Amino acid sequence: MKRPPLRTATVFGALTLAVAVLMLIAATIGPYRVPPLTVLKALGERLAGAGGHGAVETVLFNIRLPRIVAAALVGAALAAAGAAYQSLFRNPLVSPDILGVSTGAGLGAVTGILLGMPVMMIQLFGFAGGLAIVSMVMALSRALRSSGDILVLVLAGIVVGALAGAGISLVKVLADPYDQLPAITFWLLGSLAGVKAGDVMATLPAVAVGVAPLILLRWRIGVLSLGDDEARALGIEVARLRVIVIAGATLATASVVAISGVIGWVGLMVPHMARLMVGPRFDRQLPAAILIGAAFMIVVDTLARSAAAIEIPLGVLTAIIGGPMFVWLLAHSRRIAAP
Amino acid sequence: MGSRIPFRATLNCLALGVALLLTLAVPAVARTVTDSAGRSVEVPDIITRVFAAGSPASTLLYVLAPEKMIGWVRAPRAPEKPYLLPATRDLPELGRLSGRGDTLNLERLIAAKPDLVIDFGTINDTYRSLAERVQQQTGIPYLLIDGRFANTPAAFRLLADILGVKERGEALARAAEAIFADVDRVRAAVPEDKRPKVYLARGPEGLESGSRGSINTEIIERVGGINVVTGLREKGGIVNVSPEQLLAWHPDIVVTMDQRFAATVAGKPVWAALPAVAAGRVYLAPTLPFGFIDGPPSVNRLVGLTWLTHAFYPDQVKTSLRDDVRAFYRLFYQVDLDDDALTQLIDPRKP
Repeated sequence: MKRPPLRTATVFGALTLAVAVLMLIAATIGPYRVPPLTVLKALGERLAGAGGHGAVETVLFNIRLPRIVAAALVGAALAAAGAAYQSLFRNPLVSPDILGVSTGAGLGAVTGILLGMPVMMIQLFGFAGGLAIVSMVMALSRALRSSGDILVLVLAGIVVGALAGAGISLVKVLADPYDQLPAITFWLLGSLAGVKAGDVMATLPAVAVGVAPLILLRWRIGVLSLGDDEARALGIEVARLRVIVIAGATLATASVVAISGVIGWVGLMVPHMARLMVGPRFDRQLPAAILIGAAFMIVVDTLARSAAAIEIPLGVLTAIIGGPMFVWLLAHSRRIAAP
Repeated sequence: MGSRIPFRATLNCLALGVALLLTLAVPAVARTVTDSAGRSVEVPDIITRVFAAGSPASTLLYVLAPEKMIGWVRAPRAPEKPYLLPATRDLPELGRLSGRGDTLNLERLIAAKPDLVIDFGTINDTYRSLAERVQQQTGIPYLLIDGRFANTPAAFRLLADILGVKERGEALARAAEAIFADVDRVRAAVPEDKRPKVYLARGPEGLESGSRGSINTEIIERVGGINVVTGLREKGGIVNVSPEQLLAWHPDIVVTMDQRFAATVAGKPVWAALPAVAAGRVYLAPTLPFGFIDGPPSVNRLVGLTWLTHAFYPDQVKTSLRDDVRAFYRLFYQVDLDDDALTQLIDPRKP
């Protein structure tokens, strides 16, 4: 180890504080101008169970705050899934999409849009599509060989993902160019515009159920990165653990992608930032990644809704911010290459 | 004592006056209207600021009540401005709200303080639930109006009634009905086997088209043109066409919206072999300020019907195209076109 990682407690304290402060700052920013003090006052009144129902309250409690919480949730879930996958596959270039969950969710959602379904059904279709594709990948890899082989799993993911991608292209061709195509394009680039408090409440439990096993099994997942044989020698049931991790990460990713659309880069990059801060040990890296992911998405979504007169798709912003940041990380850390 | 009575009377008068003023100043939220989706929505009595959720709605609103517009979905470009009312030329671009994944931020919608949001187009569960969501989140009434072409007169009447511009709505609805009736009359006079086979050339190479039943070619088919592009489904869509297929279709008429394509089509080998190009029957559809064929698929297509009738059946039409278009722009867009503007609009290839 060239440099000792920062003290863990300090890092987590600072990160938690950062997320809370960013949420507060984000609550004061937006195209509808509300003075920061008014925001704080309205928040205080609402917490005390009082408060009015004017335009300011509508903006804050129906539009802005649900969106900020949704952004944090999306970032946390994608980062957790990404960190778990990078450890599981022993590869720093892996993102949560490796087994096709985003593509599957995309296919489900655009099918819902094509069929003219209500927004809730479109979200459910996206969620189900993500789960279905990963289940297919798992089944395929099991049918091809014992489910223990990572290479077969990844290749199955590529094949099924490509099929789902072809399905998305077909839906685009069939879609109405005025009504549906813009909605499909935007969905595939990710956006939190129009997220309601109800969406967040529906997603939160699913994300919690998905991330909880990752947190509970963080020690064993960390051991997995040593290699299957070493892990087995330490008494870990590798195949079973792998299925649990994939199920948890898929559940978390599919549920947030259902409300946000497809958002790249976060799941790939944030685990590296976490590693840079707290070192390569997975049990430290996971909580750090969750907090950094939440903070990062709050910042990105605040930009998306306030930087320009129109909404900027989240996928575009994460790529613009994430790409250069990733290069910078690579240049400044040698630890990154070895998870 | 004597002086107290007038004082009390003055006080009463004042109170009455204040009460009256208050009733006038506070807008009464009294009306419930039913939109095309069958949703009952409460709207203010007097509506002065309307937000259009998409380009089709924006065009409908401009035609019906331009004074109530608060912005455009897409701001008019320089060549389009002379064909629009001066007061609307520089309204801000607000973005689109229809469809999941809007380009419009809901906070911006609230900040624009509209009395009403309207959307004009397909009515299905996606749009119904979207309208409900936005209405719940923002507290702004959101109305859906059926955008099918045949529904145009009814759409004018429905929205005019809601916006309180009944007379204008009625005038426009009647004009629209007259245009439809005209088309039907001309079409009935031409037997099926004499109707032209038409190809709509989209895209820079002209090899993109709309298949039969698509919203892009709807008005060509309405005028009686036989769209050569047969689709896979009843509800057509945008398709790519191979040059070989195009030759096999043998269209009598090519309609395009691309000026550069129209100018160069005669020099392209494949195209020159088509009967349409050989006979000089390539028609460039005007696009100012709104498209004649689609773009957006809204009430602007009414003038496209007239234009296509002239293009398809020159022997059947007695009126002059220039007069018809001028009259349409005066009534619908409320602009008077001089000869230059009209030429620039209908035939930009001739300087």
